[in-house]
Amino acid sequence: MRILAALFASLALAAPAFAETVLIRDGRVVTNGAAGVIQNGDVLIVDGRISAVGENITAPRGARIVEAEGRFVTPGAFAAMSEIGLSEISGSGAPNDASVEGSLISAAADAGRAFDPSVTAVPVTRLEGVTRAAIAPSATGTMFGGRGALVSLSGEADSVFGERTFMVVELGETGANRVGGSRAAMWPAFEAALRDAREYPARYRSGQGGAVLNEIDAAALQPYARGEGLMLVHLESATDIRRLIAFKRANPRLRFAIHGGAEAWQVAPELARSGIPVIIDPLNNLPDRFERLSARLDNAALLHAAGVRFAIAPGPGSVDAHQARLVLQLAGNAVANGLPWDAAFAAVTRGPAEIFGVGNRIGRLERSYVADVVIWDGDPLEVQSAPTAVFIDGEEQPLVSRQTMLRDRYHPDR
Amino acid sequence: MRLKIWIGLAAAACLAACATTAVETPDETPRREAFASTYEPAPSTPTLIRNATVLDGLGGEFANYDVLMRDGQIVSIGQGLAADGATVIDASGRFVTPGIIDAHSHLGVYPAPSIQATSDGNEVTQPNTAEVWAEHSVWPQDPGFGRAVAGGITTLHILPGSANLFGGRGVTLRPVLGARSVLEMKFPGAPQTMKMACGENPSRVYGGRNSSPATGMGNFAGYRQAFANAARYARRVAAAENGEGDPPDRDLEMETLAGVLNGDILLQWHCYRADEMALAIDVAHEFDFQISAFHHAVEAYKIADLLAEEEICAAMWADWWGFKLEAYDGIRENIPFVDAAEGSCAIVHSDSEVGIQRLNQEAGKALADGRRAGLEISRGQAWRWLSFNPARALGIEEETGSLQPGRRADVVIWSADPLTSYAVAERVFMDGALIYQRGQGQEHFSDFELGQTYREGAQ
Repeated sequence: MRILAALFASLALAAPAFAETVLIRDGRVVTNGAAGVIQNGDVLIVDGRISAVGENITAPRGARIVEAEGRFVTPGAFAAMSEIGLSEISGSGAPNDASVEGSLISAAADAGRAFDPSVTAVPVTRLEGVTRAAIAPSATGTMFGGRGALVSLSGEADSVFGERTFMVVELGETGANRVGGSRAAMWPAFEAALRDAREYPARYRSGQGGAVLNEIDAAALQPYARGEGLMLVHLESATDIRRLIAFKRANPRLRFAIHGGAEAWQVAPELARSGIPVIIDPLNNLPDRFERLSARLDNAALLHAAGVRFAIAPGPGSVDAHQARLVLQLAGNAVANGLPWDAAFAAVTRGPAEIFGVGNRIGRLERSYVADVVIWDGDPLEVQSAPTAVFIDGEEQPLVSRQTMLRDRYHPDR
Repeated sequence: MRLKIWIGLAAAACLAACATTAVETPDETPRREAFASTYEPAPSTPTLIRNATVLDGLGGEFANYDVLMRDGQIVSIGQGLAADGATVIDASGRFVTPGIIDAHSHLGVYPAPSIQATSDGNEVTQPNTAEVWAEHSVWPQDPGFGRAVAGGITTLHILPGSANLFGGRGVTLRPVLGARSVLEMKFPGAPQTMKMACGENPSRVYGGRNSSPATGMGNFAGYRQAFANAARYARRVAAAENGEGDPPDRDLEMETLAGVLNGDILLQWHCYRADEMALAIDVAHEFDFQISAFHHAVEAYKIADLLAEEEICAAMWADWWGFKLEAYDGIRENIPFVDAAEGSCAIVHSDSEVGIQRLNQEAGKALADGRRAGLEISRGQAWRWLSFNPARALGIEEETGSLQPGRRADVVIWSADPLTSYAVAERVFMDGALIYQRGQGQEHFSDFELGQTYREGAQ
């Protein structure tokens, strides 16, 4: 136990500069790229990057050899939406940086500046094969949730690799509730907010002020209102999705992705044409909200068939700080309901990376990609499987967490 | 009017949980007991399932086995059974198990859609609401019941929420799709249960109102005083039955607590932390009652020996943790570690309208995590967590939960090993009747869902 703890501590402090040269040999390599799945593939990691992927790669001098023995070798999973690192314990009155109450700060809330890489959920999550996450705050004062960040689960001090990458916007039932309880008020308010942001700082300096946003939020929203950043929109119903598609058509410079989309399958062709990607929860099949009366288990399969870009993550309202590891189970259930395996696996790896604009360096096992690599003891989308090795930025991570320490302390055979 | 009078009479004559005996009034034929089950099994034909891998719910796994059902019961399981006129289903390559029993669900009392009008699961008005019955909140139209059946559920236990020290009575149901009232769903003869809650929820809710309990010690004082009062009430009832004095005025709260004290009502106690479970056990010793199961029991692995010794089941999630302090010490091996103790009773529960649809996967995770920790666990044993053990906690293990001759024929045919991700329930039988068949247009939509929007092929 103590030895493990010491090892854990020393690895956690190690700097990425120590990245070693590693050759993973003879795995079932899921590249997520043009090479597809390589049955007896090798992956060479040099200086934190993928240096080569293919068959029979010669080990460079000094390389450490890891024999995969036919097991799955894949890119690490990317939790497309999480609150990981924003609290150690989310309830019980413990500090929780995921929730922003009051109206002083909403759009300006900045998840990257709240992320704590030292929370115990980070090792708990990464030892199940999740290496990256998109995190977002949840402001409750207005229709703007705040600015999300991209993080690595290395536990290192520098693990925020994308700051203010996207703006969370509520444009469904929740959005309506934030603006007087009606969509009839929500859309005009959204348009007014975009105008406030575009006209920042002039209208604020002139003393006119914002129509709906204060100066802080207007400044924060400005890049997104100009099409320079992604707006991640929470909505579920087919009707709301059609409205967003129409709004996008009228404002082609703005960039949108949808989080939720329980009824996206009903408007799949329009969505595919719009180019708006969707982050869906494949377990969402209950009419628990009026905005998702038509939720169904094969949403992912239908979106895939229609050519809609999508990723898989817990839906709005189910996002939490502790269970990002379950994205692989979510993807497995999409497979059980008709989604091809390759598409499901991509939806929790490459798909999120592409939606958040880092698909050129994360989410594939291809030359020059970031070396987030996981070796599994079975099919990674299968609930009984677990990683046997996890690399982030080319560094092998200890498969130790507070939970494994509790496990060892209370083991029945101890 | 006549009906109301009758219900009043029946209820007055019945203290606590005597829910199964008919009440005879002097001048009439026997009438149905108030709130008694009116469940009727759906029509069934004799059915022989052949050549399956069978997990019997008791711990056994049998290759190339047959299961014969007739008149709603399991007739036999074994190799090469004679069809004897039964409908034959070839289940080669498939798995057959007892139907899953979810020991902890709020379907019906927190139904979909989730709005103010349907928030019927927590009588958050005072810390002791032992007098309320969850069954009186169950909305049979909850679309969640149909979704649960598609996940292999044939029995589910509906509990009040955990805001109160005493949340009220729980009820064990059959997921009867199209039931017109909860009475048509009640598991015949199943004991009633009572929900209690440890920990953060009651003290947060009532402490937040500047009333008791505001602390852990307030919680325990609340439990003990209530049981002390109930013991006095039970003594007066017993004395009156022996001709000593008048019975006390009916008190619905006391009736429930007295039912726990005399063993008619099975206690289901929401409790996360090991130390609180240990103290709860001492409350049970002080007032001489049995705890059937701790629910959630995130730290049960720390007291697996104590739970086994006290014959208390633990109903657990596979991996939920961290959402509050009392869930902080959750580990993935909780279920297998509890299971490892001699005489244990580990249960996989959902507490979720989503989780109830795939409890088999949760058991699969716990199985794999236990094996990785070095424990030897069979698939058969893992299925026990989903059927026999929850049946035991609910007092219905002589009725269902295992594939034994004479048990209710609650049977699921799975497309593959049901402890894995891609397996789906292909057919679900309840009391021998086929109530669900995947992809055969048998998905059930409740009245609520009917005609709302395009649903063809949805599930």
